[in-house]
Amino acid sequence: MTLEARVVVSRPAFRLDLALRAGPGEVVALLGPNGAGKTTALRALAGLTAMTGGQITLDGQPLHALPPEERPVGMVFQDYLLFPHLSALDNVAFGPRCQGVPKAEARRAAAALLHRVGLADHAAARPRQLSGGQAQRVALARALAVRPRLLLLDEPLAALDAHTRLEIRSHLRRHLEDFDGATVLVTHDPLDAMVLADRLIVIENGGIVQEGSPSEVARRPRTDYVARLVGLNLYRAVAEGARVKVGELLFSTSDRLEGAAFVAFPPAAVALYRSRPDGSPRNLWQARIEGIERHGDNVRVHLDGPITAFADITPAALADLDLTPGQQIWASVKATETHAYPA
Amino acid sequence: MFSRLSRWTLALPVALALALSGCGSGAPAASTSAGSAAAGEGAKEVTVFAAASLTGTFTELGKAFEAAHPGTAVKLNFGSSATLAQQIVQGAPADVFASASPATMKTVADASLASSPTTFVRNKLRIAVPADNPAGVDELKDLADPAVKVALCAEQVPCGAAARKALDAARLKVTPVTLEQDVKATLTKVELGEVDAALVYATDVIAAAGKVKGVAFPEADQAINDYPIATLAEAPAGPLAQRFVDLVLSQQGRDVLAKAGFEAP
Amino acid sequence: MAASDRVEPVSPRLARSDRASGRLPWMLVLPALAGLAFLVLPLAGLLIRAPWPTLVRRLAEPQVLEALRLSLVCATVATAVCLLLGVPLAWLLARVDFPARRVVRALVTVPLVLPPVVGGVALLLVLGRRGLVGQWLEASFGVSLPFTTAGVIVAEAFVAMPFLVVSVEGALRAADQRFEEAAATLGASRWTAFRRVTLPLIMPGVVAGAVLCWARALGEFGATITFAGNFPGTTRTMPLAVYLALETEPEAAIVLSLVLLAVSVVILASLRDRWVSAA
Repeated sequence: MTLEARVVVSRPAFRLDLALRAGPGEVVALLGPNGAGKTTALRALAGLTAMTGGQITLDGQPLHALPPEERPVGMVFQDYLLFPHLSALDNVAFGPRCQGVPKAEARRAAAALLHRVGLADHAAARPRQLSGGQAQRVALARALAVRPRLLLLDEPLAALDAHTRLEIRSHLRRHLEDFDGATVLVTHDPLDAMVLADRLIVIENGGIVQEGSPSEVARRPRTDYVARLVGLNLYRAVAEGARVKVGELLFSTSDRLEGAAFVAFPPAAVALYRSRPDGSPRNLWQARIEGIERHGDNVRVHLDGPITAFADITPAALADLDLTPGQQIWASVKATETHAYPA
Repeated sequence: MFSRLSRWTLALPVALALALSGCGSGAPAASTSAGSAAAGEGAKEVTVFAAASLTGTFTELGKAFEAAHPGTAVKLNFGSSATLAQQIVQGAPADVFASASPATMKTVADASLASSPTTFVRNKLRIAVPADNPAGVDELKDLADPAVKVALCAEQVPCGAAARKALDAARLKVTPVTLEQDVKATLTKVELGEVDAALVYATDVIAAAGKVKGVAFPEADQAINDYPIATLAEAPAGPLAQRFVDLVLSQQGRDVLAKAGFEAP
Repeated sequence: MAASDRVEPVSPRLARSDRASGRLPWMLVLPALAGLAFLVLPLAGLLIRAPWPTLVRRLAEPQVLEALRLSLVCATVATAVCLLLGVPLAWLLARVDFPARRVVRALVTVPLVLPPVVGGVALLLVLGRRGLVGQWLEASFGVSLPFTTAGVIVAEAFVAMPFLVVSVEGALRAADQRFEEAAATLGASRWTAFRRVTLPLIMPGVVAGAVLCWARALGEFGATITFAGNFPGTTRTMPLAVYLALETEPEAAIVLSLVLLAVSVVILASLRDRWVSAA
């Protein structure tokens, strides 16, 4: 059950063009900002949005010419779209009924699926009587009920509150592990993507900007958007062995490479000083404080200067240094925490 | 639940209004602006309620009256005689009532609203057939043939009452396919070829010359329709009303009416 | 809507006010009461002028029951015809993008604007004995619609269908189309999606439209008398009987109108109870 697709959707002010592959049991997450084309890609895979080019094959069988109802696809919509006039059970039984399964049998299968997602007690409930998390699970059961070979999930957790999200995320992960077909999920939340997906595809402006395993993407972001998502400072640089040059600044890194490169370091690796510290001039620059804000238990300082960067420091350090916006300070980052990789 | 209820409570009055609308549609509304003219010698407006069959002739006479009395305006309201009579009894501000039947004039007179009605013309029935006369109707008894589709006026309106009288006089049993609400509607059915024959007035046949053919029949003499005219007791136009009636009764009036197929009383 | 993370599919609901007790805004209440009076007072006029002493005798007349039965049968069958043809037409207008759709949408409402008598004449010109289609119907099948009960149904359906189409089209436009997409991903053809998802979702709109349609058909006069004629037992519905009675016996006309009103109110009200309790 391997999905191989090149999805092209051209619109007057927008062009989506991406190639993607998902093997059996593999979960691929499309990650990107709003308007990047993630949902359009998903809808094209389901047949709900017409493609202007490309092709979709599942196990070598072409899908792109089929109407949505003939594709072996299950889809979970962002707001679930449970049919409000049907009970949870009949929502789940809807797909099998459409495939010609007799009513009693479809309901039995639906009841089993509801049991699997832990909602056996809510079979008779109408969608409006379900909580957000319950509705999400019914939607998943409904999509799985058609025995799809390709499962599509559009922002599966976006409509949930933070607490429910945690619980449903692990629940969803369990079910995706059990599912032997290919799965493509769309999200703008890096955490959802990291937890749920085997592979990430980052999309910006209709095209793929980065692709890889979650850990690889998290360690080696290649665009500002991805760097922001994974919480790293990211710069384009030129590498010469263990030294890399970002503009006029020189950094030492633990990696050795040559040529065009990316340099990344976490905000927590940045140390701030009121006066120029002694020692190596590498990894040290003078910066101006643009802003200060709370960030979790720490304080995030926005720095401007030869490079813009975030620095995370403790509230105690903030008090000791007596930092205020507009102030000129010195910043440095340890070579061991500065990571360089080929561009 | 709430929204469904509210939808229903909305639908109900609408339904009622619609059901009611059926009761009043079809009849032309009474002219209300006529009442604006003040009573007395200053009045320069005569409002005439006339039977629908007088539409052509009275329009012509109205213009003649306006020409003879510069500065005056004749407002004409045509409709079924019975409807007009009802409107007058309900207080419609009319000066003259010209009816197609003594019965409807009686309704107004009984309410002491009409003074000394005079019969000014008579109208005879004719068989109207489509121009190509598909059923080959040429006498009254042909209407009794079940293969011939016949339209009559409903007996509640004057042309229907006259038709009943004529058929009774001929001892004929005719089963019409429809009983129309007025003579124009009856004639329309002939013009469109929906029926093979209908009993209408001679004047209607003349008015629809070319589209229908008239067949005279002797029994028509048994059902001659008298048209009475009268000034109304509460005529806002005062003496002008009588002058309009005088015009209708004059030689000029007779000529106009005769040309349209009316017979002198 | 804001309190729920799910989208309500059916047309917007009236917000249930949680405010304790605000003063009613007189800018709304006064015109509302005036509007109500405007609609209800003519009804009161009928009730006041009704000839109560002779009412029972008049009602017992066979022609009255005959006309009433005919009215109810014709309005109901006409509504069924409108549902059969009007719901798909509304779907076409709301869901299928075809050229000149705006023109077609305007054409659908023509019977609303057309004086019913003109509508009746138009029907004669098409379906009459010498009409474009009527000629062929009579020659091929020996069927002639004018002056038949079927003709009454045709006339009523013609005049009443726009009420249904407009109402159902509005409901379709308000319904979330993505439910149809969800059905499609579950393997439902467009027909199945319409039947099992869309139709249940828009049912309130369909019922409201059918009620309007039925009421309009019940009160239909002009197109009926013009196209189907007026003959007791076959084409004389209540409104026609009322109109003829007005010619000679206004009191009888009032009685007939009251019968028509009472029956329609009873039917609509009982229908409502059944529908609401089933929901």
